[in-house]
Order: sequence, then C-alpha cells, then structure tokens
Amino acid sequence: MTIGGWILLVGSLSFVWGLAGWCYYKILTGPDK
Amino acid sequence: MSGQKEQWGSRLGVILAVSGSAVGLGNFLRFPGQAAANGGGAFLIPYFCALLLLGIPICWAEWAMGRYGGRKGFHSAPSILGVIGKGAFWRYSGVIGILIPLAVSFYYTFIASWCLGYFYAYATGGMTIDPSTAIATQAAASTSFYEGFTGFSENGLFFGSLGIPTIAFWAVAFGMNIFLIMRGISKGIEKFVSFAMPIMAVCALIVLIRVLTLGTPDPALPDQNVMGGLAYMWNPDYAALKNPQTWLAAAGQIFFSISVGFGIILNYASYVKQDDDVALSGLTAAATNEVFEVGFGGLITLTASFVFLGLSGTIAAVSAGTFGLGFQTLPVVFAQMGVFGPVVGAVWFFMLFLAAVTSSISMYQPAVAFMQEALGVDRKRGTWFVVAICMVGSFMVIYFTEGAVFWSTIDFWIGTFLILVLAMLEIIAFSWIFGIDRGWAEIHHGADIKIPTIFRFIMKWVAPAYLLIVLVAFAVTNLPASIAQIGQQPMAQLALGLLAAVLLVLMWIVRLGEKRWRDLGMDLDGKEHVSSGGAS
Repeated sequence: MTIGGWILLVGSLSFVWGLAGWCYYKILTGPDK
Repeated sequence: MSGQKEQWGSRLGVILAVSGSAVGLGNFLRFPGQAAANGGGAFLIPYFCALLLLGIPICWAEWAMGRYGGRKGFHSAPSILGVIGKGAFWRYSGVIGILIPLAVSFYYTFIASWCLGYFYAYATGGMTIDPSTAIATQAAASTSFYEGFTGFSENGLFFGSLGIPTIAFWAVAFGMNIFLIMRGISKGIEKFVSFAMPIMAVCALIVLIRVLTLGTPDPALPDQNVMGGLAYMWNPDYAALKNPQTWLAAAGQIFFSISVGFGIILNYASYVKQDDDVALSGLTAAATNEVFEVGFGGLITLTASFVFLGLSGTIAAVSAGTFGLGFQTLPVVFAQMGVFGPVVGAVWFFMLFLAAVTSSISMYQPAVAFMQEALGVDRKRGTWFVVAICMVGSFMVIYFTEGAVFWSTIDFWIGTFLILVLAMLEIIAFSWIFGIDRGWAEIHHGADIKIPTIFRFIMKWVAPAYLLIVLVAFAVTNLPASIAQIGQQPMAQLALGLLAAVLLVLMWIVRLGEKRWRDLGMDLDGKEHVSSGGAS
C-alpha cells in the first residue's frame, strides 16, 4: 500500500472512530435530563 | 390533536433508532463499491466534504425541525414542513417525505428477505458452492442461487410453487416490521434497535477480525493477501478528483447513507422530549453510521474479495454493482474460507438482515404517524392503512422481477432523485423560511454541545448552493437517459403509475388532515412562534 493509501486509511478511521467515541463520551458523561 | 402522545424512552434509544435507520446494506456493499470505482482512498476527500457540508448540516436541520413540529403536535413531514415553511405549498411538498420511505419500503423489505434467506441457507447448509471447482463454476452456482432467489430471470416467478420459500421469507420480514411498528415508538422500534445495533456491531467485528487475519491463504498466489486488498480499496487515484462524477457519487453516497432527505429523521425527532438535546444526538447518529460505513464497510467487503478472487475478480465484483457484490460475489468468497465459510456467511447475512430491518421499520413509521395525525386514527388502524398500500406496492415489486426494471425505476426516481429534492426543500424551509436565526436557536435549545458558528454560514449558504449544484449535475447526467428508458420499458411506466397513484392518495390524505387540524385549532401554518417555554 502506498503512503497516500496509509494516510487516507488511518486518517479516515481515526476521524470516524474519534468522532463517534467523543460523541458517546459526551452523551454518557453528560447531564441526565 | 391526533392522539399521539408517544415519546422515546431514552436518549440513547432515539440515537440508536436514527443510526439503525441510516445503517443498511449501503454501508457494507454500496460504499466500498463507490469508493473503489471513484478514486479509491481519494474518494474519501469529497466524501468527507459532503458529510461536513451537506450531510451533518441537513441532519441537524431535520432533527431541529422534527422536534419543533413535535412541540406543536405534528409528527409527519407534510405537517412539520407546513409549520416550518408556513403554508400549504410546503405542507403538500412534504408529501414527498412520506412517499420516499413508503415507496422505498416496497423493494427494501424484499431485499431484507434475501438477507434472511441467505442467512437461513448458510445456517442450514443450504448454500452449496463447491470450493474444489473452478472459480468460474462457483460463480455460476452463486449466480444461479441468486437468480432463483430473487426471480430476476422472469416476471411472476414467485407466484408458483418455486417461489414459496422467497415469499415465505418476505412474509417473515414484512410481518416482523409490522409487528414492531404496531408496538409503537418505545416498545417496538426502540426496544428492537437497542438489541439489534449492538448485535450488528459484534457481528461486523467478528467478520472484520476474520477478514483482517486471512493473511495470504493461497501461497501459490502471494499477491492475493490482506494488504493487497486494503491497497485496492484505499490507494488513492487523485486524478479522479478532477472528475465531477466523483464528487457527485460522494454526495450521493452521503445522502443514501445517513438517511437525510428521507423524511425519517423529521418523524423520529418529533418524539424527542421538548427540552432534550438534538445537536449532539444528531451528530452521534451520523457518527455511528460512519463507523459502520468507513470503519467496517471500508475494510471488510473488498478486502475479502481481493484475497480470494484477486484483482480481476474484485474489479468484476465492483462492476456487478451493490447486489452483485453482496449476493453473488461474497458467497463465492465465503466458500474459500474452509470450515469458517458457512459461519462467516451466516454471521454476515444475519448482520445484513438486522441492518435492513432497522432501516425498513423507519420507512413504515413516518407513513403510520401521517395516517394517525391526518385521519385521526389510532396506531393500530394507521398501521393497517399503511399495510394495505404496502401490500399492493410490495406484491407488484415481487411479481414484476424480470431484470429488476420495476423496482430499479422506483429506486432511481424515489430513492435517488427525490431524496435530493426533499433535502433541498428542507434546507430552504429551515434556513430561509423559518430563518437561520430561529433555526440556529432551535438547534441549540437544550443542546449539550455548542456547534461551531461556521456551520450557521454553511447551513444558510453553502449547503443550499452545494445541493443545487449536485441536483443540477445529477439531472443533467442522469435524467435524459432515465426519461428515455420510461418510453421504452413498460415495467418502468407501470412503476411510475404506481408511484403516481400512491402520491395522489397521500395528497388526498393531506387534504383531509388540513381540515382536521383546522377543526382542532392546531397551528398548521406555523403562525405562532413556539419557543421552549411555550407560545410567544
């Protein structure tokens, strides 16, 4: 795999997993309404 | 009022329900095919641009409009858009938000039944592809099973003794949907997705681990390995970025994937409690969908195909389209996995079945809510009205299977073109008629996050302009050929006739609803501004 492929693969996975992780962290630790 | 007092039982429940609606076959089959055909890893650049500039902003608008409509006692796209757009034009335009999910359900539940049938075949040893024969022979066996199951070779195939298994699987899938819809928002949909979504994630993880640990299964073919598969999917072809078709495909995938422009989020969000957050919830639902699409779909499907079928076989699989990849190529791939093959096949198609059902229930629910509030009937009776329409539509889809022309026509005009039209109407109604100031305040009412201010500009200017470009480009590149096809294919004419008939019925029901809402003194034209604290 090329370096560009690795960058796009790791970058994309980091973005989607990071965003989802941050969202669920905020929900689970947020104020209970 | 319509008598609808339903609410989601929990915040996580509505997030999983919206995520479940979004996660479907497209995440695992359509996305990798689109990426591979449009620049590989480079496709992710226009894909994430479309996500940030179109998908998530319109998603937030839909969540906010839905909750606002729910506050006024409305739960369907016609009534909610009537309130947001302040008038009859928007109310009648909102019928599209009922037509889209309803018409897509005609064929989507049929496809869900294929997943169930394939799962049953793997679980009971009925999928007989002999891996000791040549790949071409295995592919022929897989295609034969597929055509026998889907009836694509001729019309009316299922209305004889040969079609009994397929009809039975469809009846199970359809019955399961109706059972869950009958039980209601919290006891039916929410309860089901609360189990289904985690199970889907576990199934996807099992298949992902198996695929990433395949290594180089055939030492005689050292190039066919996991790294080669990942490279095929992810190595970028930056020249594709100069092709407008790549950007159009990326925007189309985002719309298809995260369920914006369907009218579903409007309905689901209308059952959110008045002071509950929609900003973080909407973002979380979109992010969950992206994990399934990029995190699982982007690693599993084409990698597995490449490892066993090589470069030429995978290119052929991608060119065979979503269903060719999922229902003809992957069974051949699973056949190469030895004793693990039937297990992985069963897990994979069970996951696809759950993904399809969490999506299909969200297609019936908006129409049921619409019947309830427009006709003043209870959920049970509203469901039976929808069942009556769906029985006609679904049986036509199941009867007219030859070449898949009938349901492909519905998929193009409803599941592709009208989604863009509804999204355009929604973002204009929200940002320009309702007003971005009120809209921005509405999104942030009860919000657990502060959305960056740049998105206010994006929602007012960038998203409508971007969407207009996509809509015009789509119309120029696709409509002439599709219109010409209508004149040549009687099945396409029949499909459009069915859609026109359903549209007229829905318009008539809006008419009945208008009279009912006025009689009840409801603010159907959005004349009174309702803030979180009540009317002002």
